Amino acid sequence: MARVLIIAQHEDGALNPATAKTLSGAKSLGIDDIDIAVFAESGAGVAQQASRLAGVTRVLMIEHADFAHPTAARLAPEIKALADGYSHILGPSTTFGRDLMPRAAALIGVGQVSDVQEVLDSHTFKRPIYAGNAIVTVKAPEDRTVVATIRSASYSAVAEGDSACDIETREAAASDPGHTRLVNLETGGGDGPDLQTADRVVSGGRAMGSSDGFDVIYSFAKKLGAAVGASRAAVDAGYVPNELQVGQTGKIIAPELYFAIGISGAIQHLTGIKDAGTIVAINKDAEAPIFEVADYGLVGDLFEIVPELEKLI
Amino acid sequence: MKILVPIKRVVDYNVRVRVKSDGSGVETEGVKMSINPFDEIALEEALRIKEAGTAEEVVVCSIGGKDCQQQLRTGLAMGADRAIHVTTDSAVQPLAAARIFLKLIEQESPGMVFLGKQAIDDDNSQTGQMLAALWDRPQATFASKVELSDGKAKVTREVDAGLETLEVDLPAVLTVDLRLNEPRFVKLPDIMKAKRKPLDEIALDDLGVEASAQLEVTAYEPPPTRSGGRILESAQELVDELKNKGLL
Repeated sequence: MARVLIIAQHEDGALNPATAKTLSGAKSLGIDDIDIAVFAESGAGVAQQASRLAGVTRVLMIEHADFAHPTAARLAPEIKALADGYSHILGPSTTFGRDLMPRAAALIGVGQVSDVQEVLDSHTFKRPIYAGNAIVTVKAPEDRTVVATIRSASYSAVAEGDSACDIETREAAASDPGHTRLVNLETGGGDGPDLQTADRVVSGGRAMGSSDGFDVIYSFAKKLGAAVGASRAAVDAGYVPNELQVGQTGKIIAPELYFAIGISGAIQHLTGIKDAGTIVAINKDAEAPIFEVADYGLVGDLFEIVPELEKLI
Repeated sequence: MKILVPIKRVVDYNVRVRVKSDGSGVETEGVKMSINPFDEIALEEALRIKEAGTAEEVVVCSIGGKDCQQQLRTGLAMGADRAIHVTTDSAVQPLAAARIFLKLIEQESPGMVFLGKQAIDDDNSQTGQMLAALWDRPQATFASKVELSDGKAKVTREVDAGLETLEVDLPAVLTVDLRLNEPRFVKLPDIMKAKRKPLDEIALDDLGVEASAQLEVTAYEPPPTRSGGRILESAQELVDELKNKGLL
């Protein structure tokens, strides 16, 4: 039976936008029956939010104290327990989905399609390999459950519809294996929009020179109402925390407007911004590879140009 | 404690990969091959744990054709004690790789398995998680810091929101991120020494694992390219352009 199950990602009582993007990918499968599973300690708020998304058939709410901050080892058997009624099980390609979904796939006994960027038909998908330097078409077997992660940067979030679907409560099916414990979660938090989903992003690179140098970026981003990002070089140099990294091994983003400031444009960084609407590059080196992909470029001293821009907007 | 480190032979990090003109794959002829960089970090971490006295033996393993012995020798030169080569000429997908590594775990009984968080060729990021599932042991993925004590590992992970710290009971599977460490350079005398270290070959068929591909790759294509835009003269000109496009 053709039926899709989406595993919701949520934090602090709110649905992560990656879930509505995963739903967008699910809708392109051409299957009408789409359920969302919400695993939470207390899930009513998140379940209601999910139930209002356009095109959802049912929300399954599974509440348990273990789900306050569940690990992949705790959740994967729960997904396996739900798997029987579904032809497709999808999660987002965030670190949450990348950690969890392969563990669930292995328990179900199927391979996983990672980072789906386009659905050709219910079992045929396009996904990037080699840091996006090649795109492959993969076909999953028709007679097995399809487990896949949906590349958030390739899909826009499904909006809320006119009505809410039913919320069904289910019991947890597995128990805590007891071998994995959360010790601490340290979030950068900070002000401003979320990097993963922001419409505007301003990123700084190694040329910022120091943490203090990044103040130029923060100030400009604030004026623009943009999220702040960074290249791997800037993160490795310790100018900003790791969760700001944009690129192959950081966040893959698709803002409408992206500023790459003092970023040379290594292929691994470009992988993270391929789907951006308009890219602006500011760099003192006119030969920097970032200019090969930028829609607009300014060559010069970023510490002069960026404050000037900030005044002009 | 013994540590098992699966490594994968991949096109070197610095090579700009191109899709073959007939769409049958990517160009690998005459291209430099290396240990997957994340696996190299995994191996480095295992070696540091051994050097700190917490592990006695580091075993590297790889699945593939004869060529992947080059990468196993590099792993031995870095300091691994032994290598296991599971020989096959078929392409092996993550679930099959996990099943194969589980067989090696049954033979070797390691206290930890370290892998890279993803291979830079297929970018799947699946094998470690699948292995942990099949082994029914903890997983700590995307590790940027690892501390061991009393049969437990405290692992700091790079996640969407920031840094998460998990404590896992050993044995466990860890997959590593870039910032965990900087792998050592291999010195010439170590390369010579590595030639004398044991490298066992096991035919995939003898492990009783079916390597048949679950996902069929039907086409390769180059990505759509972004064309470069224009270099502007001034900040004012940029602001005008962005306003014209309705972006400001």
